Amino acid sequence: MSKYFLPVILFFILASFLFVGLHRDPTTVSSPLIGKPAPQFSLPRLQDSEAVVSERDFQGKVVLLNVWASWCLACRDEHPILTEMAHHKVVPIYGLNYKDESADALRYLADFGNPYVANAVDFSGRVGIEWGVYGVPETFVVDKAGIIRYKHIGAITQKDADEKLLPLVRQLQSEAP
Amino acid sequence: MREFFGFIVGALFCFSVLAQPEAVAPEHESRYYSLLKELRCLVCQNQTIAESDAGLAKDLRGEVKTMLYAGATDSEIIEFMVSRYGDFVLYRPPLKPTTWLLWFGPFILLAIGLLALARVLRRQKNMSSSPLTEEEQAKVESILGHTEE
Repeated sequence: MSKYFLPVILFFILASFLFVGLHRDPTTVSSPLIGKPAPQFSLPRLQDSEAVVSERDFQGKVVLLNVWASWCLACRDEHPILTEMAHHKVVPIYGLNYKDESADALRYLADFGNPYVANAVDFSGRVGIEWGVYGVPETFVVDKAGIIRYKHIGAITQKDADEKLLPLVRQLQSEAP
Repeated sequence: MREFFGFIVGALFCFSVLAQPEAVAPEHESRYYSLLKELRCLVCQNQTIAESDAGLAKDLRGEVKTMLYAGATDSEIIEFMVSRYGDFVLYRPPLKPTTWLLWFGPFILLAIGLLALARVLRRQKNMSSSPLTEEEQAKVESILGHTEE
């Protein structure tokens, strides 16, 4: 009896590792920026290239920074959810228009609606590197103190918004600045 | 049939299309290429940024190049990437408590395997090396004798 005991135990240990591995998405890599101050940037504004968008605009409030592009198909999936959030004025949403032609980006916003308070144009993707962006869409939650508290990789689903992003935003909004 | 072969040949060749890293000044070349081979492309995760043709890999190669020209050391460049993309950006995971299992696990498994093998071999040796007693020998002969009848 004890002869079979060890192999069975080993089997279950291995099986449990594999089972956990089966449900993990290897394409989402946790960001080392969580808990760190938002990287500085200063970029032209999409609607007005004379104006500047920077992380200083986030000061004193909880904001979402959504990295998107007109060529990004998954961005279209999450767009209605962002629009809904903007409509209810839950949280100001800033956009980082990543490696996109501004004309295309403006047409995209005209077609699908504009949930953004302001959009920063990161044509070269240089600011994207500072923020550790490796795939669009990505959404950062920045708290009142300018600290990155959460990063969502990939399109936001209604479930993500209801169960993760919105509760976190509310919790951060209730924190003292 | 001809089209079919054309398709096969084309399919074979499409795997040989690799990224073309940008040219750098000769004095930076060896460091540039060795750094590219240390960094993982987060889009095609099983490729280094030297191999990957993804847009991000291209941008990160540009970043490495810019930093090299600005006089950054290898460890500064690696540090820059890790602080933005995490340890995952390193093609060789660093040795630290959270990665001990990853680095030493295979050796632990090997040791367990060798121990088990040694035990089995020793047991087999013990079995064959003990000769039968006279009594046992007689018993064997009687059984064999019976079956032969």
